Amino acid sequence: MIADLVVTFVFILFAMVMLLGLATLLTWVERKLSAMMADRIGANRCYVKIPLINVKLIALGLFHAMADGLKMMSKERFIPKDADKFLFLLAPWIVFAPVLLMFALIPFGGIIYPEKIFGSFFAGKAYLMQIAPLDGGALIILAISGICIIGVVLAGWASNNKYSLLGSIRAASQMISYEVALGLSLLPMVLTYGSLDLHTMIVAQQGSMLGGVLPAWGIFLSPLTAIIYLTAATAENKRIPFDIPEAESEIIAGFFTEYSGMRMALFMFAEFAEIVIISCVFVVFFLGGYNLPYWDFAGSFPRLAIVLWPTIFFIKVFIVSCFQILVRWSLPRFRYDQLLTFGWKFLLPLAMVNITVVTLFLWLVQKHQ
Amino acid sequence: MMKGFEYFTTQKDELLAWARKFSIFPYPFVTACCGMEFMSVASTLYDTDRFGAALPRFSPRQSDLLMVVGTVSHKQAPIVKKIYDQMCSPKWVIAFGACAVSGGVYQNYATLKGLDKIIPVDVYIPGCPPRPETVIDAIIKLQSKIETGVSKNV
Repeated sequence: MIADLVVTFVFILFAMVMLLGLATLLTWVERKLSAMMADRIGANRCYVKIPLINVKLIALGLFHAMADGLKMMSKERFIPKDADKFLFLLAPWIVFAPVLLMFALIPFGGIIYPEKIFGSFFAGKAYLMQIAPLDGGALIILAISGICIIGVVLAGWASNNKYSLLGSIRAASQMISYEVALGLSLLPMVLTYGSLDLHTMIVAQQGSMLGGVLPAWGIFLSPLTAIIYLTAATAENKRIPFDIPEAESEIIAGFFTEYSGMRMALFMFAEFAEIVIISCVFVVFFLGGYNLPYWDFAGSFPRLAIVLWPTIFFIKVFIVSCFQILVRWSLPRFRYDQLLTFGWKFLLPLAMVNITVVTLFLWLVQKHQ
Repeated sequence: MMKGFEYFTTQKDELLAWARKFSIFPYPFVTACCGMEFMSVASTLYDTDRFGAALPRFSPRQSDLLMVVGTVSHKQAPIVKKIYDQMCSPKWVIAFGACAVSGGVYQNYATLKGLDKIIPVDVYIPGCPPRPETVIDAIIKLQSKIETGVSKNV
């Protein structure tokens, strides 16, 4: 009992550190990556003076993220006079909390036996490196990600501001539209792996295909599914090219126009944390989770696996996150009608065709076995 | 132990100044031709993100630095004042270009003779229009003002 609690607590600690740390790091990555793409230097003036010795530590501008956070915490906390105070204060948390919750369902390692390393306190116990090992993980991830919409709509409504309301209406229509494509894009992979459990999916992606040339990852089994998922997920996250809800040139800052300081930072931070979550789901569904291709290191080094699994998972998530930031800085924004046309008339039919093709293919494979 | 604690409490202002100095979200309030020059400042070549001052927030609630770029007419003046009032403290103001500084060449009934007639200004950038290097110099001057705490606006 106590051993279970300790293990779960360690997992939660790891999840929080990874999610929040990576989200903070991504704000820096976004600045530096955009600077590299535009042939600039990017943030590089923020220094920390090391006490006693008079050295200024710059570390490639990493401290700019710290300065941003501290400044927002010390900024005036503003509530509009006619705003619904309770909902106004609640909304950022409704956006932020589901993003954290979703990470509970992501497996970041295989089954570990802590008894081998930490002794008899964990005698005879085996744990899956996942905070909540649920059978219907894929469904629950989709369900929780739908809650964010409520927070966005509340933020716009409670602000009592025309631009906020417009932004939240835009956000609601966009997120609900792309939620359909998002759900349908994960369905072919559920069919392929034959399970809704995320850990079973990762196990199904071990090994290789085409005579050992390619790893049996989802992205190689069905590349179109991966592209549809990433597109729909970016639209869910309201980032460029889908940043219609906060289009600066049209509606100031969209649904969080009236938010200042740390409350605004929560919206921005939720956006970055959602990049991490999207990458996590992408890695689990399409990139073989915490495993390396071609080499089963857990079999060779069973003791090291407890460290290697989360590390490999972290690196994969970081790479996919960087790819999302790359997309954000290369594309222009959709117009509002183009956005909905793209969602309903192109992405959704494409996802449906994709499901049909995958189902037919799986049926043929099963028939010939 | 106690001495160390005292050290940290006295460093609070310095810490906040450090954070504010390297995280200036500008709000470009562009009224006239200086806007062209502001665009070149915001472009790749002059890279104000080096100073942490390149993320424009177009909501006054979220921005720290009001950059009034160009001529402010008497009709525009109440709008600038309203934007300034809407901004959350701490906030700073830069008058960009000769017109915003003093009315410039427009010595007539329609133009406000200097932005500081309506709101406190921290840094003035002369020039018609100013060179981008001057703007970068102004940002550095503003940073040192934030650091020493002599700004009028906080």
